[in-house]
Amino acid sequence: MVEIKNSLKNDTYTIHVIGEVDASSSIHLDESISEATSKYKKILVNCEQLEYISSAGLGVFMSYINDLEKNNIKMVIYGLSDKVKHVFQILGLDQLLKITTNEEEAKEIVDGL
Amino acid sequence: MPLNKNILRLLTFSGILSWIAMLIAGYLHRFASIHQGNAETYLFLAKLFLIAFIVSIYFSIEKIGNQDSFNILDVLWKVFVTGLVATVVSLSSNLLLTLLKNHEHGRNPYFLDTLYLINVGLIVTFLIATFSVWKRLILYQKTKWLIRLWNIFEYGLLISALMMFTNIELFNGFSLGIWGSLALLSMLLGVNLKWVAYLNFKQKWKSILLILLIALYIGYFYTILNNYGIEFGFLPYYNVLNIITINGLYIFTLIYCVFSILVVLFNLPTSSVFEQKLVEVFNFQKLSQSRNTGQNEDQVYEILLDSTVSVALANAAWLDILDEHEQVARTLYFHTDQEEKEEILKAVRKSRLKQIPSSAPTRMTLQNRFTAELKHELYKSIFVIPIFVQDQKIASLTLLRDVKEGFVKDIIDIIRTFVNQASISIENYRLMDEAIINERYKEELKIAKRVQDSLLPKRLETIDELEISAFSKAAAEVGGDYFDTYKMSDSRLALIVGDVSGKGTSAAFHMSQMKGIFQSLVQINLSVKDFIIMANNALATCLDRTSFITITYLIIDSLEKRFEYARAGHCPTLYYSAKENIVTYLEDNGLGLGILRDYQFSDYVDVRHTSYQHGDIWFLYTDGITEARNRNNEEFGYERLKTFLEKHVFYSAEYIKEAILKELHQFCGTSNLEDDITMLIIKVKGD
Repeated sequence: MVEIKNSLKNDTYTIHVIGEVDASSSIHLDESISEATSKYKKILVNCEQLEYISSAGLGVFMSYINDLEKNNIKMVIYGLSDKVKHVFQILGLDQLLKITTNEEEAKEIVDGL
Repeated sequence: MPLNKNILRLLTFSGILSWIAMLIAGYLHRFASIHQGNAETYLFLAKLFLIAFIVSIYFSIEKIGNQDSFNILDVLWKVFVTGLVATVVSLSSNLLLTLLKNHEHGRNPYFLDTLYLINVGLIVTFLIATFSVWKRLILYQKTKWLIRLWNIFEYGLLISALMMFTNIELFNGFSLGIWGSLALLSMLLGVNLKWVAYLNFKQKWKSILLILLIALYIGYFYTILNNYGIEFGFLPYYNVLNIITINGLYIFTLIYCVFSILVVLFNLPTSSVFEQKLVEVFNFQKLSQSRNTGQNEDQVYEILLDSTVSVALANAAWLDILDEHEQVARTLYFHTDQEEKEEILKAVRKSRLKQIPSSAPTRMTLQNRFTAELKHELYKSIFVIPIFVQDQKIASLTLLRDVKEGFVKDIIDIIRTFVNQASISIENYRLMDEAIINERYKEELKIAKRVQDSLLPKRLETIDELEISAFSKAAAEVGGDYFDTYKMSDSRLALIVGDVSGKGTSAAFHMSQMKGIFQSLVQINLSVKDFIIMANNALATCLDRTSFITITYLIIDSLEKRFEYARAGHCPTLYYSAKENIVTYLEDNGLGLGILRDYQFSDYVDVRHTSYQHGDIWFLYTDGITEARNRNNEEFGYERLKTFLEKHVFYSAEYIKEAILKELHQFCGTSNLEDDITMLIIKVKGD
């Protein structure tokens, strides 16, 4: 099961993904990202408490790659555990999504520093 | 049952024989008395045969009674008919007597004796028939105590019959004691009238009439026996009324007649209540069984409306059947219509509602259940109760009466029971439907599984130099894993292992697309890079937004001893190089198919060309293996897989497959597969 919390600070919208994202719970992640991308240009995805992500969950991130580019939205994923990061890497998503180790780096990227 | 019939015949025959013997003994007695002979012996014989007659008739009537099913009015009717026949015969014999009054033969004592005994036979038969039926009525709902009392009564009658052989006076103290106790027992037994409750109003009237007539017969027969031949100065050789048993029978049958008539009479006003209860039970049974007789929900609603109207004596009612949004879908009416309903609802809004207190204040019982006094010209009180199935309100029942406070607690309780039963019936009905649908889905899935199984190769194509072993198992009925091989030429073999994102049916559909793409593209002899780019192009339009497919594609050329390989987002292939004697993961870059659905994708295809030699092993697999978890939620992982292969490099592909399955099984314990598992093991044969 996944728990998703959202917060807004200045113009940066943060999605906290907590727990496990599997086929059924990936829908909640999709809804959350969809809402964020429709309203904000700067999005952080906090995955510090993401324990596991299935292929369906990766599919959700994947499906926004084109939208992000087209609409000039900056989305950065940070705080991935080694295991989860490896899953992103195997699929090749690390080449297409911005992934950083911590929040500061992520903020720098969305703020365009 | 022929045995029973034979016994019955035997008993009837012995009854007739006893009667004839009694008659003959009577003649002999008469003859002896006229000619001053010794008549005492014949009198003794006559009494003996009378007892034999009574006993035979009693048992044969009991036998007849046991044979037919017990219907109260039927048996009363039979007694009545027996009495009628006895009366008619008795009346005709009296008529004969009157006609022959002045004739010489009419005064013949033998003739008079014969007529008297005919009367005795008939009357005794009638009394015993009545006695037997009364017995069955008294023992209608028998208890141990009651049966004992009855047995005492029967033995008492038998013993009193033996008293006629003694010289005890009929009216002395001892006899009176017996008389008294028989009368007392008759009264005690006479209060057992439970059968009365089971008669409906009409049956009660009929039974009163029949019992009244039976009582009249009894009285008439007593007079007949008492006054027989008095006008001729005739004295029967033995007056049967001197036998206490006969008197006891008279008293008992008469007492029970009187008691029955009184009790039935006083029960007449309450019979409607009992009938009502029976209707309720019947309706309730109909509701409970509605599922079994294949009725649908509508019929349940109709039965519910009918039964609650009859229970509550409602003058009008309606049943709103709600849709899933709890809006009225349609309404069943009883003695009312849409127009009047609106009118009443208006009146309800103006009335003060009374919630019904409930011992269990749950949502089920409290919501929208109320009674109210109505300000309406026809109806003065209203009762509304909702019907719930699995916490969803599916219907609402409204009952109306033309009296104030028309819905008392008892009635409401009964209605509630009906409503609960109806909701159980409907729930069962729905569950059954769901079960049927689920069963159908299961069947469909089984078919899907068969189709998918046929999509995976049964026999792998290979080339001389290679030994290949494969395994695939879906976690659910269908899965998203795929593997295949294709012999491009005698020396070139293409191999693929793929994994569709997600699980189950959707993954299975995409897997079949992948199969189609592989089988088409592999035939046109593409390079690994072109194959992957074209596969991505083909999938770009087929996959839904969040789906992708990862593959490993491998072409082995045995002439050049080289292999060409690319990884499109798939788990890195585990490779054993015999030359270097090392197991490594081929972690090249690569992107899953369908992730980028435009020209940019080609930038992310990374192809490796390498030579190989004898003994090399490719271990292709899906993440079901590396992500298999044990009870402590640990993953099998890449390290374990690598170590495993390191230990098994000298075994055949088939052996490695069996060994890894065993190892996985040991690792996971008894827990089931969470993900689809597929592997393809290729080994280059030795020299």
